[in-house]
Amino acid sequence: MSDKEFNYYISGETGKWEVVIGLEVHAQVSSNAKLFSSSSTQFGSEPNSQVSLIDAAMPGMLPVINKFCVEQAVRTGLGLKAKINLLSVFDRKNYFYADLPQGYQISQFKHPIVGEGEVVLDMSYGTKKIGIERLHLEQDAGKSLHDQDPIKTFIDLNRSGVALMEIVSKPDLRSPEEVAEYIKKLRSIMRYLGTCDGNMEEGSLRADVNVSVRKIGSKDFGTRCEIKNVNSIKFMQQAIQYEAKRQVELLEEGKKIDQETRLFDTKKNETRQMRSKEDAHDYRYFPDPDLPPLKFDQSFVDEIKKKLPELPDDKKERLIKDYKLSNYEAGVLISDKDTSDYFEDVAKNSDVKLAINWVIGDLFAALNKIGKSIKETPISSKNLSKLIQLIKNNTISGRIAKDIFELMVNDHRDPKVIVEEKGLVQESNVGELEKIIEKVLKDNSDKVAEYKSGKDKLFGFFVGSVIKESKGKANPALVNDILKKKLS
Amino acid sequence: MTDLTKLTLVECIKHVKEKKCSATELVGAYVKRIEKSDKLNCFNTKDLENALSKAKKIDTNKKFDKALVGAPIAVKDLFCTKNLKTTASSKILSNFIPTYESTVTEKLWNEDAILIGKLNSDEFAMGSSNETSNFGNVLNPYRLNNENLVPGGSSGGCASATAADLTSATVGTDTGGSIRQPAAFTGIVGLKPTYGRCSRWGIVAFASSLDQAGPMTKDVKDAALMLDVISGYDEKDSTSAKKPKSAFLNSIKNNVKGLKVGVPKEYRVDNMPKEVDDLWQEGIKILKDNGAIIKDISLPHTKYALPTYYIIAPAEASSNLARYDGVRYGFRAEGKDLTEMYENTRSKGFGTEVKRRIMIGTYVLSSGYYDAYYLKAQKVRNLIKMDFDNAYKDVDVILTPTTPTPAFKFGKNTDDPIAMYLNDIFTVTANLAGLPAISLPIKYNKDGLPLALQLFGKSFDEQTLLNTAYSIEQQVNFKSQVKDWWM
Amino acid sequence: MSINKDTIKKISKLARISVTKEETDRLEKDLNSILKFVEQLKELNTDKILPIASVSDQPLTMSKDEIKKINEKDEILTNAPEKNSNYYIVPKVIE
Repeated sequence: MSDKEFNYYISGETGKWEVVIGLEVHAQVSSNAKLFSSSSTQFGSEPNSQVSLIDAAMPGMLPVINKFCVEQAVRTGLGLKAKINLLSVFDRKNYFYADLPQGYQISQFKHPIVGEGEVVLDMSYGTKKIGIERLHLEQDAGKSLHDQDPIKTFIDLNRSGVALMEIVSKPDLRSPEEVAEYIKKLRSIMRYLGTCDGNMEEGSLRADVNVSVRKIGSKDFGTRCEIKNVNSIKFMQQAIQYEAKRQVELLEEGKKIDQETRLFDTKKNETRQMRSKEDAHDYRYFPDPDLPPLKFDQSFVDEIKKKLPELPDDKKERLIKDYKLSNYEAGVLISDKDTSDYFEDVAKNSDVKLAINWVIGDLFAALNKIGKSIKETPISSKNLSKLIQLIKNNTISGRIAKDIFELMVNDHRDPKVIVEEKGLVQESNVGELEKIIEKVLKDNSDKVAEYKSGKDKLFGFFVGSVIKESKGKANPALVNDILKKKLS
Repeated sequence: MTDLTKLTLVECIKHVKEKKCSATELVGAYVKRIEKSDKLNCFNTKDLENALSKAKKIDTNKKFDKALVGAPIAVKDLFCTKNLKTTASSKILSNFIPTYESTVTEKLWNEDAILIGKLNSDEFAMGSSNETSNFGNVLNPYRLNNENLVPGGSSGGCASATAADLTSATVGTDTGGSIRQPAAFTGIVGLKPTYGRCSRWGIVAFASSLDQAGPMTKDVKDAALMLDVISGYDEKDSTSAKKPKSAFLNSIKNNVKGLKVGVPKEYRVDNMPKEVDDLWQEGIKILKDNGAIIKDISLPHTKYALPTYYIIAPAEASSNLARYDGVRYGFRAEGKDLTEMYENTRSKGFGTEVKRRIMIGTYVLSSGYYDAYYLKAQKVRNLIKMDFDNAYKDVDVILTPTTPTPAFKFGKNTDDPIAMYLNDIFTVTANLAGLPAISLPIKYNKDGLPLALQLFGKSFDEQTLLNTAYSIEQQVNFKSQVKDWWM
Repeated sequence: MSINKDTIKKISKLARISVTKEETDRLEKDLNSILKFVEQLKELNTDKILPIASVSDQPLTMSKDEIKKINEKDEILTNAPEKNSNYYIVPKVIE
């Protein structure tokens, strides 16, 4: 459903430029223990309290791989519809850094555990497939704190050895908006799978962003720059915008782009060069002799496949089919597994149309206002479906439902209890309604005359007045019927 | 009274078990001898008082059922020992006290063996003469016309200490010949097991795909007993092999009838001294006379083994030794920033040979050179392995000399790394192919220096290797001629 | 291929080992002689040969996702040349 055209281009002096982006996403595997040691991965612990002899690279220590992490990588690969490699190899990436105790990172270079796959994005201008180049397992490094002392750096190895999945996209992304959608989709897939919690504040999800530019229509890629370790979608977008503009300006001045690693300075909102070229890294990858190749057979993969949950794309299709939702509605719901689960819970026991409106309308607005996620919602799916049932069986009016909803946000209560306690049951007794209507017509005899002389628009005014007079409790459909009769 | 230090390991334990001597008497005899043997410089660290008190405990508990009960054992200073300094004979680890025990040594102490000290070696096991140690040369108990000789390397301290009766047995490590070559130079038995037979956990790594721990002992039965104790699967080492519990000592047999012995023509190198060639022929004759079938075989890529080794071992070492950076343990030299601290620490903390190998290893892995050197070496390694696979279709064991020469004088090869490297020409193939190999003393040359033969076995067939070595040992009746000149 | 002084400078940087002028001279000689020695391998045609990283032919064994030791903090820091409030301390990193 393309209601819009793609239009993210950088307009320069010499014409329009297209931005080409590829992402290397680092996603922390949700595991108890680290990739090659049995120390905890818990976030926010005391410094160096989750460091084993292996993580501290004590002499003679050897890595042993955590099976769960391997399974999670395979699960994620399957979620990305990717090729699973039954044989993969761990390599050492050699470089010195204070928070890299071994002097090398164990990663997968030539033979990753997962090969090519894809992620489908729902853009306003239609769906777009983003190719996945590969996914591999690797160790995270520790943390260096540079701001504790003027001449010293403090090292905490708690993160050292935590399992990461590096997910490398093809250079298929073309705008900051696509990057945002890609990250959200990837995160959503991993959350559905339970392989990564996607928590960007805690660093469980971060990305290196490769950016280059080229003239519209050009088939060749320009020289790219890599912006390292960006940890929020907003910063990724800002970094790309800045970097693309910088490259276009350089090229239009007739200068060359140096292939280099850059940092995004979130305070100045700009990227800057990180490592000078003469200090260029030479990682000297080679197969880790402490770890024989990782081999498993197809049945290992099939077992994992059998246990895969429904994934966002499938779920979306199903929601559209089963609940007759629009593409937009389904898209909104599936972007977060908890949201779509919540919706299904509500819809199952009430009414689909009302459920979708309440969830993506009132509930989203309320959660937004109180700054909570759907997981922390004060209104359980059970209570929301009860509220909808109350509307559906004419116990309460839609207007009263809004008031009750507000109350439920504050006190988490069952709507039935609130309705009973406050006497908010909808008035559907024809005799009672006729009384109210007669009063309204009597009080507004001048308007009745106007109506009868042809001013049809006033009908709405009568309905409104009756509802008001009933303190919102009058059943609007009945009010309509009776009024029509009385005024004819 | 018997000099307890002259007993083999098997005899020592028998003495203790049969109460012919107490554990305290046994350890005490060794302690006395060690105290008079500082000149040999075998020990980086001695742990004599603790050894005596452990012996006392064994005597008090009166339980003598364990396989190595009361045996005083020193190990190469590459095995991490809990609360006892472990230096790898390097300045960079000169103050390092592990909080953990290597799997191999743990197995020794579990059988009631008693640690008496940590033995000198080449720095990080890189060397063939023990001359690269940060803690000085180890002297060979055998001398040439009263001149000191190297004990071989890298497990030089292990070799001299065993030959000089300063330990009842010992464990060394072998990456390119570091157990077998010094064993040959000092007239003892040295066994490098199949790669994966013994856990590498807790052993300071040199080249992970080649390193293997193994016994260095006074005779073949001792080697079998030690291997029974130190071998076995370890879930902490991903390269350790899942094999059933062995009984090498109990299965040992003096019988080579029908055994097919390969003699590879490629080991007959240019300039091989006549005494070494004669020795080889003698070995062949002994086996033949006892009913073995001798076959001429070819291991065509033998001459490429040493060049292959000198790419792979330094490459792995350059990465394995990156952790010695002055941050978490070991020696640190100050610097104004992190990089300078690293460079000063590693420049001052490592010795010349270690630095040389780190540099060559860094180079062969670096961008643009990887394929020409490292990848090429990995391929040739496969060719060397296939040579053995082919040979073992026809033979059970392979017989060669252990070294091209007997022990040599200090300084002889220190100016020329290649000349030093050639010491390992016969031993290094076993590491590249992951095969078990044993060095066995046969006789003395005209100068009174030990000469040794080497046997290669099939993967995980240490039993045939031990049986063959045992049969030869029974024939040659090699006896120690160490003269205690240093006391 | 041969190694010159610039290459030695480069690899000593990569290996984080500072070298003096004398050491550079010695290394240039030694490393070139080692390289010449290992270049014998060029005589062999290995186009159809698979490289092997290790001789071990068993598959990688995997461990369970269990936390075994909760806190080895004291063990980890006991040998540290410099520490402060449970952190390892190093001279300032200049990037």
